[in-house]
Amino acid sequence: MADMKTAAYICKGCELGTRLDAAALVKTATKEGKMHLVREHDFLCSAEGVAMIQNDIDNEGVTHAAICACSRRAKTEAFNFPTTAISRGNLREGVIWVRPDTDEARETTQEMAEDYVRMACAEVKAMTQPKGNPNTGGVKTLLVVGGGISGMTAALEAARAGYKVVLVEKTGALGGWTAKLHKRIPTREPFKSPEDNGIADLIAQIEADANIKVYLNATLAKTAGAPGRFKVDIAVESGPTATEDVGAIVQATGFTPYDMNKLPHLGGGQANVVDQAGLEALARAANGGPIKRADGKEVKSVVFVQCAGQRDTTGEHLQYCSGHCCNTSIKQAMYFKDGNPDIDTVVLYTDLRTPGNGEDFYRSAQNKGVIFSKGAVSRVESAGGGCKVKFKDLILNEETEAEADLVVLATGMVPTSGPDLDALAEATRVAEGGDEAAKEQVIQLRSKSVLNLEYRQGPDIPQFKHGFNDSHFICFPYETRRTAIYAAGPVRRPMDTAQAVEDATGAAMKAIQAMENAGLGRAAHPRAGDLSFPTARLEGCTQCKRCTVECPFGAIDEDERRFPLFNESRCRRCGTCMGACPVRVISFENYSVNTVGAQIKAVDIPDEFSEKPRILILACENDAYPALDMAAMNRYEYSAFVRAIPVRCLGSVNTIWITDALNSGFDGVMLMGCKHGEEYQCHFVKGSELGRYRMSKVYDTLKGMNLEEQRLMDLEVAITDIETLPQRINDYAAKIVEMGMSPFKGL
Amino acid sequence: MSDMNQQMAARYKNNFLKEVEAQVEMGEWVKMCMQCGVCAGSCPTNFHPGWEHPPQEIFMMIRAGKREEVLTSPSMWMCTSCYNCYVRCPRKLPITHIMHGLAEYAYQLGVAPKFQPTQHLSKTFWDNCTKTGRVNEVKLTQTLYFRDGLMAGIKQGLAMKDVALGLVKAKRLNLMEALGFGHKCKDIKGIHAMLAKARELEAKRKGRQPA
Repeated sequence: MADMKTAAYICKGCELGTRLDAAALVKTATKEGKMHLVREHDFLCSAEGVAMIQNDIDNEGVTHAAICACSRRAKTEAFNFPTTAISRGNLREGVIWVRPDTDEARETTQEMAEDYVRMACAEVKAMTQPKGNPNTGGVKTLLVVGGGISGMTAALEAARAGYKVVLVEKTGALGGWTAKLHKRIPTREPFKSPEDNGIADLIAQIEADANIKVYLNATLAKTAGAPGRFKVDIAVESGPTATEDVGAIVQATGFTPYDMNKLPHLGGGQANVVDQAGLEALARAANGGPIKRADGKEVKSVVFVQCAGQRDTTGEHLQYCSGHCCNTSIKQAMYFKDGNPDIDTVVLYTDLRTPGNGEDFYRSAQNKGVIFSKGAVSRVESAGGGCKVKFKDLILNEETEAEADLVVLATGMVPTSGPDLDALAEATRVAEGGDEAAKEQVIQLRSKSVLNLEYRQGPDIPQFKHGFNDSHFICFPYETRRTAIYAAGPVRRPMDTAQAVEDATGAAMKAIQAMENAGLGRAAHPRAGDLSFPTARLEGCTQCKRCTVECPFGAIDEDERRFPLFNESRCRRCGTCMGACPVRVISFENYSVNTVGAQIKAVDIPDEFSEKPRILILACENDAYPALDMAAMNRYEYSAFVRAIPVRCLGSVNTIWITDALNSGFDGVMLMGCKHGEEYQCHFVKGSELGRYRMSKVYDTLKGMNLEEQRLMDLEVAITDIETLPQRINDYAAKIVEMGMSPFKGL
Repeated sequence: MSDMNQQMAARYKNNFLKEVEAQVEMGEWVKMCMQCGVCAGSCPTNFHPGWEHPPQEIFMMIRAGKREEVLTSPSMWMCTSCYNCYVRCPRKLPITHIMHGLAEYAYQLGVAPKFQPTQHLSKTFWDNCTKTGRVNEVKLTQTLYFRDGLMAGIKQGLAMKDVALGLVKAKRLNLMEALGFGHKCKDIKGIHAMLAKARELEAKRKGRQPA
């Protein structure tokens, strides 16, 4: 850039001035960093220090500033200069707080600091300040799919916050399963009796709200576009297809009860055996009077079988607990007891779990005379005019049986979450080979789709465990793996109505946030507010498709010439595309192959007789880098040989950085990223996994360079590894010393 | 006595939980047990062989209608009244009291295990103490020592003779009690009338025939 004016600021606060030779740092920034303007300050983050920088920006025309003070995670509010490209030299958490204050350590500590100054200067010169693209789509209408209690709650919450809502319901009426409940589990004090299901009131509120447009008997035929500019085709039964522009989507498509016909041993299919939904129907039919069976007989005794086809270890039925069924059975037992205390109600359970205030509800049921027996049911047979339930009493350790007019099975929830994307992708792959059965399977799987997204990753949001549309964002439970599309209610995980209401409210808030961010060209979680976005230098692109395939969020399509086409508002700015690109044409304004590459090249490498090895750390900014910072805050010391560079995700690490580092004389490279696989902790879902996969290829390069494999070290780091991380760094540094210096020094 | 047993069994139509709720002191708490087993884990007797069933099992058996097994069980007679379970029960069940209530009810029905030492002591103590309103220590000790025969009684007496002499010297034991002297309540008739009234009230409350 022609009119780039660079400046470096050296802070002397927080003991930096006494621990380090500030004059030498100024010299480094001037001579080696080649900054136009270099200043030191006793307390840079003070109002005065900030004013000094602001003055340079305003009056000296500084466009790029390297602030050499504390970690980039600290003092972000003070060092906030929106129009200026800023890099941070981490002298506090990265140097003085991890080094002992001793005479013998002084020299290596100073070297460390000088390197971080060099790196900050080099980085900022490779950056430009992102301006954000405000033209990515500014639609602020929320689409809610599903008109049950979750969907209605999400719609109402968004409408109350002032947003327009389109609510699409598959059936002819709002209400979902909750509307089918005779009563629901109590949601307020004193939690002693079932309460009204509250649906009539919710429907009335929806109908009265001018912000909410309801489509009944409707499904989504197609969802195209991206956050802030989705275009959805809504297929309405016996009517023309409607088209709506929406900014974000809440999927609240709920569940179906597990089919009790799959449980013949528990009486599924027998006349006097119902599931919990079946009992609700009987209770509604009785309308407060005595509950009668299908054959019209009044029920005098009832046995509830908990965990029917749930928590199954054989793999045949549901493997999980649906969470609500214990409270539901308690509620249903009360339907009987409240009407007539002489009706025998027995709940057979293996573990009674009553989340929330369910404990009070449970106690109330005991008070009302509901009998709870710890027993594992093996068979339900019809006998006489009713059923015989055979079970093992787990307290008395004996096989026994109970008789009842009616048996109720707690069968659990199966999410309405669309097809499994992996299965669909596999079937599609086989079908492309001409396999007829696979083609049939593709059609069948596609017909299950809820959202019909026009995303290359498939028509719905990915499933996590047991087919639920969850995301396993451990710290951020509402996040999903498709930007601005949020799952809420039992489609996300099994839950009761009270939890669904809470879940839907959260999802609506997240959706609003996503729409607002999309309108401003900002990223969503976890780089919320980030204005940078990836661009590709298409002249260099080889159309290899790696970026489009690897993007964890389906943000990159291909244009007709098979070049990458970025759907910027779907993008979470992880940089996985940048790490993937073999010809390195993808970059962000403030994060690119160059910004990191320049830092690596800026490090001063002592010669091989110095006994001072250099180890590069590429640390994930979400977990590993904060862990390093926190280790520093706790004053855990680690080796002065390391130079740490934060990366957005391990997935953004381009292998060129590793080969460049080793070529320029680094003795070792440590990669610090989040856990991947089934229990992943990566904030970008697949980033750390893809990053690691790529790194496994680097070992061949190492071999080609005649370097030991151990020169590259891959560490799985969680944000909690504060105490162990310094030790692991020191161990690695010791190993490098033992291995000897890299032969690539000074080449 | 077995009359009463049959009567009660008939009255509650084999709904033993209801029977316990109506007839056993603190029996209405049995339904509130949530089978966590903290009582069993807290019991200092550590379930030596006398304890057939820990409290939560007894409660489960009541709910399962195991009338015979519960009432004839020696378990509740083994309770030492330390109140550990009572204090620890997360559902605040008065377990100690329920154990005593069950034991007492089983005794009233005449189905409690015969020759159960705790029961023998309880019976002896009660009869002894209600006779005059004060415990006749010498007679109480005699009855207990000589329960297993003359020789066993003498042996036990000799083993404890130092304690006894100490008590006598400290005027805590009056040997004349052996002959019917010693401390008594002033209004013995009043005591007996009071106890009779209590029994009458209990019988009324629990719907039993007055003794």
